[in-house]
Amino acid sequence: MESIGVLLMCPMYSYLEQELQSRFNLFKLWQQPPSKITEFLKSNQRTIKAVVSNARVGVDAQLIDSLPNLEIVASFSVGFDKIDLKRCEEKGIRVTNTPDVLTDDVADLGIALILAVLRKICPCDGFVRSGKWKDGDFGLSTKFSSKPVGIVGLGRIGSAIAKRAQAFGCSISYHSRTQKPLKPYKYYDNIVDLAKNCSILVVACSLTDETRHIVNREVIDALGPRGILINVGRGAHVDEPELVSALLEGRLAGAGLDVYEDEPEVPEPLLRLDNVVLLPHVGSDTVETCNAMADLVLANLEAHFNSRPLPTPVI
Amino acid sequence: MESISVLMTCPPVHPYLVEALEKRFTLHKLDSVPDKPQFLSSHRDSIRAVVGNAAAGADAELIDQLPKLEIVSSYSVGLDKIDLAKCKEKGIRVTNTPDVLTDDVADLALGLMLAVLRRLCESDRYVRSGLWKKGDYKLTTKFSGKTVGIIGLGRIGMAIAQRAEAFSCPISYFSRSQKPGINYKYHPSVVDLAANCDILVVACALTPETRHIINREVIDALGPKGVLINIGRGPHVDEAELVSALVEGRLGGAGLDVFQDEPNVPEELFKLENVVLLPHVGSGTVETRQAMADLVVGNLEAHFLNKPLLTPVV
Repeated sequence: MESIGVLLMCPMYSYLEQELQSRFNLFKLWQQPPSKITEFLKSNQRTIKAVVSNARVGVDAQLIDSLPNLEIVASFSVGFDKIDLKRCEEKGIRVTNTPDVLTDDVADLGIALILAVLRKICPCDGFVRSGKWKDGDFGLSTKFSSKPVGIVGLGRIGSAIAKRAQAFGCSISYHSRTQKPLKPYKYYDNIVDLAKNCSILVVACSLTDETRHIVNREVIDALGPRGILINVGRGAHVDEPELVSALLEGRLAGAGLDVYEDEPEVPEPLLRLDNVVLLPHVGSDTVETCNAMADLVLANLEAHFNSRPLPTPVI
Repeated sequence: MESISVLMTCPPVHPYLVEALEKRFTLHKLDSVPDKPQFLSSHRDSIRAVVGNAAAGADAELIDQLPKLEIVSSYSVGLDKIDLAKCKEKGIRVTNTPDVLTDDVADLALGLMLAVLRRLCESDRYVRSGLWKKGDYKLTTKFSGKTVGIIGLGRIGMAIAQRAEAFSCPISYFSRSQKPGINYKYHPSVVDLAANCDILVVACALTPETRHIINREVIDALGPKGVLINIGRGPHVDEAELVSALVEGRLGGAGLDVFQDEPNVPEELFKLENVVLLPHVGSGTVETRQAMADLVVGNLEAHFLNKPLLTPVV
């Protein structure tokens, strides 16, 4: 299969890169100067049959159109909001992602963010390291156990978050496109009601046209000055300027964010707040999970080029 | 009851507790007394109750100086700063604050595990320093599914186990005796437990037997990929051994809420990115401290009204 051209959209994970390099004819898009990209794609368009993308860099219609022999897009992520699915479908291009293998890590991070925000773990750690503890105690934070948790999107990740939060005695409620009859949690058919009735709101749905800015001013107001927002979905789920002003003005008690509208840019004012925890999109960034995700990308590519059923197709 | 003298031996950090005590009793704060021996000598016949906490309680010396002492009410669940034998001898009642703080301490233990394994504080600093614009943060280690070994399966140990189970963590434990009816794997020694788990949590009471229960041998057994979490008491751990193990890479990481000599923390730990250091905040939430204060006051009131104590130890 060394003659099959695979285009890697950006640096992702060394293990994945090495395996792609040894199994295919690997092209690294970021090694091309921006001005030479069109030329580069044109001269290699016959060879390139696969694209490997991720949460950060996607595959738009323009790219798809410039690769006439493209057969499959394998994403090193579970989210596929950056892939033009419609265009892929039109052209019969398969698309795969990495569900399940990263569910635990993302759910773990969701809970970690809740604990870190409520119990002020990061400011406390800074307090000790700066020597300030010698001058007096830290001050009180807020209890997590038994607080009502509201989850937006009760898919694999949302369900895994719910399972964990329940062990902390939290009541779980959720909002999603449709009610899930097999789930024992309280359902709200709109997100504002969910926000009104919980202390901790967690975004865990996929990003689509409908869910863009699903957390807006109205939702933030409903969550209120004692509520906290946790985002392990996509930055675009949240109206970021509204979130920032709510936090600055004390209309929201705190936030735990792993994603932002324009990564790696993070709104400056947030960098000075101690009631937020800011992570650099590390939801699935553990060695164990990245290995599993990489293996899944490779398995999808191998299956496709050997005419076998794809392990984790989206389309 | 305003005429009853109560001595607070710990720093008067929480206004709610201080106010509640001042409303009902004549409260003396030992912390703000310039000449402690002189004060104790002139008040020896009036002080009938002591309120202490994790930092300061009632040792034999103090008890001997207060012949009218009837009750020691601790604003903590730990009793290691109270000379229980002496209290028993003299018929002095002792109360603490169990149950109301179990959730908070267990929550913090999980918070520490997640923060250490997923490098939460380091990642947050990475974003705030602008480093993310230069490149992604490195990969960390998965928490779910890791084996959690708990020392002490009392209220707090069990609460930690229940939470960790939701992350699919197999649970094993060590305690003075095996607990019947418990599904978790029992290990007859701490070294054995340490050798067979990924994350070792100290959640037992501090007694002469459990002092330095985490020593060099246990740390070696836990190993370079193991993580130690201490939400018990600083003296549970041989701190010097812990520091050298972390600095030399013989231990994978540590999440610590307690230290040998609070608020002093070994400075060698400050430059390590595989540790999370908290200033003894295990029960430090508004909700729980209020519940604890209510218990302290409730126990004192019950005693002086000749009613059954709410949460007696002795």
